[in-house]
Amino acid sequence: MAIVNEHTVKAFDEDLNRLRGLISEMGGRAEQALLQAMTALGNGDQSLAAQVVEGDKKIDALEAEVEQLAVQTIALRAPMADDLREMIAALKIVSVVERIGDYAKNIAKRVALMDPTRSIEAIPVLTSMSSLVAELVHDALDSFAARDAELAVRVTVRDKNVDDFYNSIFRTLVTFMMENPKHITESAHLLFVAKNLERMGDHATNIAEMVYYVVTGERMEERERGKSPEDSAAAEQEQG
Amino acid sequence: MTQDDLTIADPKMKAEGVDVFYGDKQAIKDVSIDVGTDLVTAFIGPSGCGKSTFLRSLNRMNDTVASARVTGRITLDGEDIYAPSMDVVQLRARVGMVFQKPNPFPKSIYDNVAYGPRIHGLAAAKADLDSIVERALVRAGLWDEVKDRLGESGTALSGGQQQRLCIARAIAVDPEVILMDEPCSALDPIATAKIEELIHELRGKYAIVIVTHNMQQAARVSQRTAFFHLGTLVEYGKTTDIFTNPKQDRTKDYITGRYG
Repeated sequence: MAIVNEHTVKAFDEDLNRLRGLISEMGGRAEQALLQAMTALGNGDQSLAAQVVEGDKKIDALEAEVEQLAVQTIALRAPMADDLREMIAALKIVSVVERIGDYAKNIAKRVALMDPTRSIEAIPVLTSMSSLVAELVHDALDSFAARDAELAVRVTVRDKNVDDFYNSIFRTLVTFMMENPKHITESAHLLFVAKNLERMGDHATNIAEMVYYVVTGERMEERERGKSPEDSAAAEQEQG
Repeated sequence: MTQDDLTIADPKMKAEGVDVFYGDKQAIKDVSIDVGTDLVTAFIGPSGCGKSTFLRSLNRMNDTVASARVTGRITLDGEDIYAPSMDVVQLRARVGMVFQKPNPFPKSIYDNVAYGPRIHGLAAAKADLDSIVERALVRAGLWDEVKDRLGESGTALSGGQQQRLCIARAIAVDPEVILMDEPCSALDPIATAKIEELIHELRGKYAIVIVTHNMQQAARVSQRTAFFHLGTLVEYGKTTDIFTNPKQDRTKDYITGRYG
């Protein structure tokens, strides 16, 4: 990447740096919320889960702060070209990160509703899935911080693996429920957890697409969109 | 420079390989650009980049500077404006100009507008001249403000009104192109907005080329933007592209405020 010159008006750079800092902090918190929620789920740790729910308030507050700063910067500095694209991306990215935080909170809330003594074999796979999703969220935000379009593209490519995880967990849990109706409540909760993780992966992709736009000024080449894992699963069933 | 998708099928004016010198100093280097008939074209760039010099070469205003020399080719409807057969007075009637500071003649409002049509013999009778003056003032958005005091001096008007009077004076001779050299830099925001609205109204009736230091103004009024730097045309493109996704780093640095 080319070294970007500073703006003649230094206060503009200060605003931009503050904006980037806030988005990094927000992203870091959302990523941590996801990992903590999954740990709490795995260990049945209700106090950690409560911490995640509480921590989401800070993520929401950061979103409001970024929005305010971005609107203020647009009004006062009239940003152009890549600066303008960054403002628009910042606004979109924070609303996506806020959603990721909400999904983590949703997972954390389920901890109290589940029986901590029961071990379910889907959980190890969910843990692998959540590690991958956390990695994607992390890389998507890193690509924003580093203005790295290639890293952003790699995030969108790897999201396919998240969808594969989801399909596999879906099948496992359905089998589990069929084997023993007593498992239905637990399994239904875990299915929602898996769905939340899958959505977070999509959101990481959305961030990556915005980063690509900021860096290049072009939209990322249309990938195979609008296809939820359920669609592909349904298509597989029809073929089978 | 990039020129993708910018071919103008029937350009009103066309500059090819234009160089402008002031004595030994080269102010414009190898500039080629098409000016579209139905478009507002903005020239932007830092002070001394040559944008005004280039603008002035489009109606041979540089002829008045003894040391100035223009090479290359500039055509109006395919006609070489620097050809010996070109009548400069006629050329400037076809390619009008509005300057940075409003410069009405120390005459009445009516005579300011009637001056051009009179010397070009565009009106046979007083009634014709009256209607030309009225139409020009209406087009310049000034009629309602001055219709009851056409005999008053043009210099008694406010700055914004004076500038619109100058625009009325330019369009009274029914030009094909209007060149504007920072027409709003001496005006307050309201008067500026009125001029910008006027530019919008005039688009399509005249090809308009505007030099401006105010990039927001270029973004607001133009469809094409040309960025000049150190006498060269760095980038010429659709205004929306130049301001959201410029191709050249120099353009980007300038419009985002990272220049110098």
